[in-house]
Amino acid sequence: MNNPILSVAHLSVSFNHGNKVVDDISFDVYPGETFALVGESGSGKSITALSVLRLLPPNARIQARAISLQGDNLLRRSEYELCRIRGRRIGLIFQDPMSSLNPVMTIGDQIEEVIKLHFDPPQQALKRRVLELLRQVEIPLPEQRINDYPHQLSGGQRQRVMIAIALAGEPDLLIADEPTTSLDVTIQAQILALLKTLQQQTGMALWLISHDLALVSNLADRVAVMQQGKIVETGHCDEFFRHPQHPYTQKLLDALPSMQSCLTHRRQETPPLLQVEDFKVYYPIRKGIFKRVVDHVRAVDGVSFIIQQGKTLALVGESGCGKTTLGKGLLNLIPGTAGRVTLDGVALDTIQGEALRQKRADMQIVFQDPFSSMNPRMLVGDIVAEGIQALHPGVSSVNRQERVRQLLQQVGLPEDAAQRYPHEFSGGQRQRICIARALAVDPKLIVCDEPTSALDVSVQAQIIELLKSLQQEKGVSYLFITHDLAVVAEIADEVAVMHKGRIVEYGSVAQVLSEPRQAYTKKLLGAVPVLRTENKPFADQGKEAVL
Amino acid sequence: MIILWTDALIFLLIAVMLLLGFYLRGKEYIKRPMQQIARSKTGMMSLTVLIFFVVVGLLDSIHFKPPEGHGNEIISALDYWATPLREHSEKTYSAPFAVYLYSKEMMTLPDGTEQWGYPRLQFGGAHLADPETEHLPDILEKAFYGWLQGAGLVVFFMVLLVSLLREPHKRFIVSPTAKAVWAVVFLVVSVNYMLVYLSAYYHVFGTDKVGEDVFYQAIKSIRTGLVIGTLTTLVMLPMALVFGIMAGFFRGWVDDVIQYVYTTLNSIPSVLLIAASILMVQVYMAAHEEKFTSVIVRADMRLLFLCLILGVTSWTGLCRLLRAETLKLREMEYVQAAQAMGVRRRVILLRHILPNVMHIVLISVVLDFSSLVLAEAVLSYINIGVDPTTYSWGNMINGARLEMAREPVVWWSLTASFIFMFALVLAANLFADTVRDAFDPRRGAYE
Amino acid sequence: MIQYIIRRVLYAFPLLMGVNILTFVLFFIVNSPDDMARMQLGQKHVTEQAVENWKQQRGYDLPLLWNSKAEGKEKLTQTIFYQKSAGLFLFRFGISDSDRRNIAADIQQRMWPSLAVALPTLIVGLLVNITFALIMVLFRNSYLEHAGVVLCVILMSVSSLFYIIGGQFLIGKLLRLVPISGYEGGFSALKFLILPVLIGVFSAIGANVRWYRTLFLEEVEKDYVRTARAKGLSETRTLFRHVLKNAMLPILTGVVVVLPTLFMGSLIMESFFSIPGLGSYTIDAINSQDFAIVRAMVFLGSVLYVIGLLLTDISYTLVDPRVRLS
Repeated sequence: MNNPILSVAHLSVSFNHGNKVVDDISFDVYPGETFALVGESGSGKSITALSVLRLLPPNARIQARAISLQGDNLLRRSEYELCRIRGRRIGLIFQDPMSSLNPVMTIGDQIEEVIKLHFDPPQQALKRRVLELLRQVEIPLPEQRINDYPHQLSGGQRQRVMIAIALAGEPDLLIADEPTTSLDVTIQAQILALLKTLQQQTGMALWLISHDLALVSNLADRVAVMQQGKIVETGHCDEFFRHPQHPYTQKLLDALPSMQSCLTHRRQETPPLLQVEDFKVYYPIRKGIFKRVVDHVRAVDGVSFIIQQGKTLALVGESGCGKTTLGKGLLNLIPGTAGRVTLDGVALDTIQGEALRQKRADMQIVFQDPFSSMNPRMLVGDIVAEGIQALHPGVSSVNRQERVRQLLQQVGLPEDAAQRYPHEFSGGQRQRICIARALAVDPKLIVCDEPTSALDVSVQAQIIELLKSLQQEKGVSYLFITHDLAVVAEIADEVAVMHKGRIVEYGSVAQVLSEPRQAYTKKLLGAVPVLRTENKPFADQGKEAVL
Repeated sequence: MIILWTDALIFLLIAVMLLLGFYLRGKEYIKRPMQQIARSKTGMMSLTVLIFFVVVGLLDSIHFKPPEGHGNEIISALDYWATPLREHSEKTYSAPFAVYLYSKEMMTLPDGTEQWGYPRLQFGGAHLADPETEHLPDILEKAFYGWLQGAGLVVFFMVLLVSLLREPHKRFIVSPTAKAVWAVVFLVVSVNYMLVYLSAYYHVFGTDKVGEDVFYQAIKSIRTGLVIGTLTTLVMLPMALVFGIMAGFFRGWVDDVIQYVYTTLNSIPSVLLIAASILMVQVYMAAHEEKFTSVIVRADMRLLFLCLILGVTSWTGLCRLLRAETLKLREMEYVQAAQAMGVRRRVILLRHILPNVMHIVLISVVLDFSSLVLAEAVLSYINIGVDPTTYSWGNMINGARLEMAREPVVWWSLTASFIFMFALVLAANLFADTVRDAFDPRRGAYE
Repeated sequence: MIQYIIRRVLYAFPLLMGVNILTFVLFFIVNSPDDMARMQLGQKHVTEQAVENWKQQRGYDLPLLWNSKAEGKEKLTQTIFYQKSAGLFLFRFGISDSDRRNIAADIQQRMWPSLAVALPTLIVGLLVNITFALIMVLFRNSYLEHAGVVLCVILMSVSSLFYIIGGQFLIGKLLRLVPISGYEGGFSALKFLILPVLIGVFSAIGANVRWYRTLFLEEVEKDYVRTARAKGLSETRTLFRHVLKNAMLPILTGVVVVLPTLFMGSLIMESFFSIPGLGSYTIDAINSQDFAIVRAMVFLGSVLYVIGLLLTDISYTLVDPRVRLS
């Protein structure tokens, strides 16, 4: 093999003289290859990338034997010289394209800036080059888009602009730091396909940083796994996924939800618990001097479904399809506009006030973000007890505490958890507390709004296991809202696919996932990265997904 | 013992703060920022200075009729303690440490002849037989003795503390922050002791136009500054808190009405609103003279009204902040979770919203304090501040600024008010910074 | 956009009405016109006749809110409230109570000196403050910045009165560079303006530099700045091209809201430097207890504030591409 384009030797990074966040790691990236650095959140993978270009905040301390770009040790380069390397020889794209683009500059100016800085061509050529780049990243109608601001573009287009900025300096190495994590799965497939195509066109090396093993297995030539600041395993992609050596890697791979798991589900009819008929949530659009309602945003536009007792219905859809609004609308956290919601024989849309408040015990919710879903000023014990206090005021304080203790034990939290504050727990533990809080009032139905999306894959598997075992134990039903089809296969009995406020496909999980009838469902399924143990170029799969 | 309105409110404020402190003790979200403040050197040093000011202010808030008093005279504990200072007044201006009066007048010499010259002061340096030779050495000697006594006092207490404290509590003396605090205590106590010691013999900051000791005036002004800085908050806080949270939480017409009220109040230039209200109070007081038996009661009433009016004009800023924060909080998932669990709205308000906006309240209260102290001076300058008979730095500046044109310049009133005001405001600003750093979640205390 | 502006203008009416009622309550409900007349004429030895004359000359002889003697519509219009408020909405401010001058003419004449002090103070202040704040952010986490922060706290802990007195004493009296106070029309105004502008700028440096620095620092930590640096831009260029542009949004809109109120002038500056602007006009009115002038100034201030709010919203749409009025 030829010489590495980037060679990192014994790199360590620490902040404020604290623990090492990156701990003595070494790796090489070779020309033209795709190198993937995989790890869960907090493993130090993004910091590694930023430390190579010295883009970390000033309180970071970088130590290394060498960080060489084509044999040139970057550690010996001054800040001024490094400016010639950033953007010119190493391009970077980040996770969130919305915040990574300057909101008050047009995208044309932001791309132009790089070209001007590194090549300084005449004005005419400059403009031509910007348009060429926009075309290269497949932005439609670049002549019109060039004067747009970032907020006028969609998420996928923004990431394309970020890629154009990174490409503008014609770099030899492109670092992509979680480039698709904030995007929908179909857009993710498109962006990854684009990256692969561009790599083939330009012959640059791609250093991909990701938490998603399935995605990496489709894209990378070589893989390194990071855990707590250390690289625990490095290998060629096919070899790596076929025979993972390190126990941590094996654990990660085992935790991946598998699309096949649904095929083994037993089917067994139970009486319906929740019936939803033609449910609608509209938001008024007001215009004019007196703010008259001129139209409505149809967030949820007439959906109907049934959840059976002790079963799970998964509600799948991309961001903005109205799935969260539906969940909150059912719980009456957002007023519904029309439709019938019957829970266990009681029509929820007809009752209000005190009657509705009492009925709330039957229906609970678990939110996506385990950080904002608990009051940071309350003890965990009080958080869990809140529902009991509100709906069963007769329960004595001793009994309540006993119940809280039981609940926390059921969700697998330590004995002393009740006397601690939420911030002392990890993301997964917090989600367990939220589940305990929901269970406290003995609900018949729990709306789980993306409960695992903010969690690492190994933690996600544990939470899903917990939800499943609780369902078996207590016979509770779930409405499981998610964007992740792979998780659906793990937990759901039935699936409803939502698109633009409507349910486009509704059926048993085996049917929807293995024999989808609707084009939209097929597109969604096609875009989900599946763990591949043979190295097949991802670009082809991405193309299929787009078509 | 006589309790003036502002005295009562000050003690009420202290009681409320003690209760609040008792209620919040041990709460994690208060404890951690507090610990951060306790670790901050500047924070604790400025707090120490503030405490000295507060102690003087409190001493000046205990009012009673003097045992051998005459008429309606009311004095405070501070006055009682500083009686010599209060009563040692000269005829007119005299410079700091002077032994002669500022202006010449006709004097009768012992031999009966009359002479046009600078007479000796009645009290300043009266113990000196021959001022020409003894003056400077005497000042230095007395200053040194005074300072030595003050320093000795602090050292004595420190030694006492060191010998009494057991091992785990030793950190109250040896930690870097504690050392800094002790340095401040040492400096403040020794210098003030020296000044007090000296002022038994001299007017350390001179005397003003009517011959009153400027040092005494500056010390008396502390209470006025503190009252304006704190009582205004007491007025403004309930309004801002109730209206801000209600507007954000209930939205709809409640929000519209509250927004209308504060935009209206905001749109009136605040100085004009204050001026109009003060004029109103003046007319009211003129019409009801029988209600205000003594000068001090009358001045106190006006001070209270000033706080009230300042409170009414200044609640809008905090109200807007709280409204915005409540709007944000009510969409938080934990509020929705509480709603889903059937928790009543008023409980949600008290349990989930209120504790989570408290840091904003605290930060803005501490930040407002210094600007209110500064505002007092400006308002007094336009004659819409405190009563002209009230001791305040604003009145001192106002009285002294015209004397800048004199030859030689009468600079001491300005200097004294500058030093005291600057010390208080600087300490308040530094402390406010520390509080903000500790309580503002964006600044990392929570991570 | 047009609809938005129309709605805001319509909203301004209840607002100004509220202001008007509030000032009316403050001036007339608590003090009767008789009290005002006595205060103007001097407390002692005022005959009933003199009070009546005074009231009649100034139109205060009508009932406050409801005229039971009048007929039909005039029951409402023939009152002090209607007579005095209706004129305000048409910018007819009437005559002053004390020396019976035309208030509108006085305001027109006096607003220019006010503006001549306030506008340069604002512009120079803005430039100076932004420059210092930028320098501090450029050298962030260094001793220079630390010293700057400390200096800012010290500067903002000094009362503005001391800046004025100190400035007058040092520059006007000791160095005799410019006249201490006074004003003349035309170009000779310049030598009278330098000192107040200088002091105005200086007394606001501490607080503003600190505020701008926080604004800049907030922006510096954002993701797009990292992108800019990843492009290969140097630290200075990142600051000037990216950070400054974003941080200017809150600064500019903060400036726009005070632009109209600049006409009102600064009370303290103008009275210290004897500049015949609206600020000193107001102070004189307060001191001579001339309610007609104070009420006119309150109304004018509110109108200018409402205009400022409207301009702020409009300026947002101009400088921030993300904001669209609806």
